[in-house]
Amino acid sequence: MVKSKKILTLSVPLVIFLIACYFLFQGLYTDPRKLESTLIGQTVPEFTLQDLYDPDKQHDASIFKGQKLLLNVWATWCPTCYAEHQFLTKLAGQGLYIIGMDYKDNRIKAIKWLTDLKDPYAISLFDKDGMLGLDLGVYGAPETFFIDSKGIIQYRHVGDLNDRNWQDKLSAIFDNME
Amino acid sequence: MLPEIGQVVLAIACMFSLLQVVYPLYGIYAHQQSAIESAKILTVLQFVFVALSFIILAYLFLVNDFTVAYIATNSNSAMPWYYRLSAVWGAHEGSLLLWVLLLSIWSTAVALMSKRLPVESVARVLAVLGLLSLGFYLFVLLTSNPFDRTLPYFPVDGRDLNPLLQDIGLIFHPPMLYMGYVGFSVAFAFAIAALMEGRLDSAWAKWSRPWTIAAWTFLTLGIALGSWWAYYELGWGGWWFWDPVENASFMPWLAGTALIHSLAVSEKRGVFKSWTVLLAITAFSLSLLGTFLVRSGVLVSVHAFASDPTRGLFILTYLILVIGGSLLLYAVQASKVKSRGRYSLISRETMLLINNILLIAALIVVLLGTLLPLVHKEMGLGSISIGEPFFNRIFTVLVVPFALFLGVGSLVRWQRQNLSDLFKPMVILLVVSTLLTLVFLLAFASHFTWLALLGVFLGMWILVGTGMEIYLRSTHRFSLWTGMKKLGNSHWAMTLGHAGFAVMVIGITMTQNFSIERDVKLRIGDSVRFEHYDFHFDAVNDLQGKNYGGIVGQFTVKYDQETVAVMEPEKRIYTVQRTAMTEAAIDSGFTRDLYIAMGEVLPDGAWSVRVYYKSFIRWIWFGPLMMALAGVLVMFDRRYRVKKVSKSAAEVI
Repeated sequence: MVKSKKILTLSVPLVIFLIACYFLFQGLYTDPRKLESTLIGQTVPEFTLQDLYDPDKQHDASIFKGQKLLLNVWATWCPTCYAEHQFLTKLAGQGLYIIGMDYKDNRIKAIKWLTDLKDPYAISLFDKDGMLGLDLGVYGAPETFFIDSKGIIQYRHVGDLNDRNWQDKLSAIFDNME
Repeated sequence: MLPEIGQVVLAIACMFSLLQVVYPLYGIYAHQQSAIESAKILTVLQFVFVALSFIILAYLFLVNDFTVAYIATNSNSAMPWYYRLSAVWGAHEGSLLLWVLLLSIWSTAVALMSKRLPVESVARVLAVLGLLSLGFYLFVLLTSNPFDRTLPYFPVDGRDLNPLLQDIGLIFHPPMLYMGYVGFSVAFAFAIAALMEGRLDSAWAKWSRPWTIAAWTFLTLGIALGSWWAYYELGWGGWWFWDPVENASFMPWLAGTALIHSLAVSEKRGVFKSWTVLLAITAFSLSLLGTFLVRSGVLVSVHAFASDPTRGLFILTYLILVIGGSLLLYAVQASKVKSRGRYSLISRETMLLINNILLIAALIVVLLGTLLPLVHKEMGLGSISIGEPFFNRIFTVLVVPFALFLGVGSLVRWQRQNLSDLFKPMVILLVVSTLLTLVFLLAFASHFTWLALLGVFLGMWILVGTGMEIYLRSTHRFSLWTGMKKLGNSHWAMTLGHAGFAVMVIGITMTQNFSIERDVKLRIGDSVRFEHYDFHFDAVNDLQGKNYGGIVGQFTVKYDQETVAVMEPEKRIYTVQRTAMTEAAIDSGFTRDLYIAMGEVLPDGAWSVRVYYKSFIRWIWFGPLMMALAGVLVMFDRRYRVKKVSKSAAEVI
């Protein structure tokens, strides 16, 4: 009796480990594109970030107010962003207002990227240390936030925007925002 | 042809590791002496073949064989040879090969240096190590083969190694860290072998102690080196960022630190035995978890992982088999352990127990902080990030009791301490350390903060406490000088290690409280001034390196009108990957570092420049260096040497 109780106590580490494994296993198969942000339904947190092109120019959260828009998180180190870029340029061509946030990146490289590939962004924020990214719960790039004219985040899309998912679902979300 | 040979050689090593598991265990089961004794030779053979395979890969890097996919993606012909060599372990496949190579080096060391131990016990330990190797070989061969070819369409030249990694720090940092990670496998193997045998006496604690300390020493050095590298290479002037990669190395360190202390108790007093076994399993499990979390990218970027879950699945299966299996064994077998020793509430044993509890608390904090974002997301609670402020706050709290107990801990006797005997030394300790703290702050602090007072006091408390311990111990029976000469190496190692921790605490406190960081806009000819220092921006010149170009700034630094340094921060552009890198200029000193990093050139021709004054930052690495030195000192302790000598003497007879 005493012994089986002791075995039970000694099994605690095993049980904890198995629970941890369950989460790791889930983590393997969870589609990261379905990430939820705790910020949905809230305004973008306060921040001041430099403009990508001009370190002397500062932007704050007021740029998200006044019209509905997309906030696209990208970086030159992110291969998917490269694939996504053409589609963003197309969206910008259709008149969508897109703000870009260059995430944990190198300024010179990023400017060169935008010069070479065309710049779809109305405003380019430079989030060198990922501070705004941290507040937004950004996991990696690319990610896109759908923000309405009051500056409230309505939807978060993780992964690239492309013709297919835009037609399927995302354009409807964007059109329904005020 | 050579890459294929490398792969075949690796497969042979894999086979030997399989034999290393099966044959000795069969020998123990069937009582066949020759099979039991084969464990050693099989281990050595496994090492020979994996080393050969590693040398082949390194050679292929040196001769720029871009038909090998791994080389084409991580090296190019413009890199100097030593970076091509260190690129071998610059990415996933190669670093796994390094892992398994180091594992075989540790195994071979155990095989060759355990002549005093019973043959059967060594065979069990080697079989466990073989099993660990086998899993890694299969992982490398089946999912991450570094010898894969890009034929028939191979590139003319390779991509660059990530410029961040082209640095002298990278040549030493990962192997050092891995030596530590992998080294805990020996303590783990000893623990598992003891559990298998069902014989958890203090003998196994004695055997695995030097191995554990060796691994811990490497890990300490590895982490310190990594921190130092981040400081001077990344261009942020920080020394610890609490990112998942760092946490992954910090967790085994915490468990390992707890382990070396609890091993000491188990060996000397025969208590905490089952706890020590659990710690040995934990330390290695965390090393495995760390390697895998970092290498597989479960935490860092989920995106890379979802596309190819095979690697992840393999990793997870391996983790479940190794960690789950050993915890199961632990649950069943550790119940048989009976503690013999007794101790009262106020005793060295209790002090070490508190040390362990606090270290494990710290470990849990780091583990939760690292894994919680993942768990949180899986439970559908949304994504969260846990950052520096969280860790900093909790560690500030945890270090207070830890340091206070550390200071008095070594003054307390084993088994039982009379509280009234402790009163006088405690008062002296309190008075002297307070005085020293005040003197220190008056001399070096530019202003007063409570946190600085607390931090420096804790450091002084430990320093004075360990100093008093040496004094009291030496003068216990002899005069001070004779007594000090009679203290063993491990005693001095303990003192040095604890003093190292104190130095680090003081370093962190001073750096966090009295550093000055300025991001300024400077034109050539401008100056920036603070803390008696004057930084004058003299010029910007062109720079041409082997595989990079760029610019180099020139600053003259004056301290009260007197020139102390000319500093030249660089900004490099690596031609192949077109990435820019900041090479900060650092003028290091005993009580402060000056640090300049060039930012971007602004449209009006001025430069954005980061200028830092880092108070006592060297101490942060000097402390761990002392701790590592302490580890080395233990290796040369009489207990481990004398027996070796007497053994070889016995052989001569």
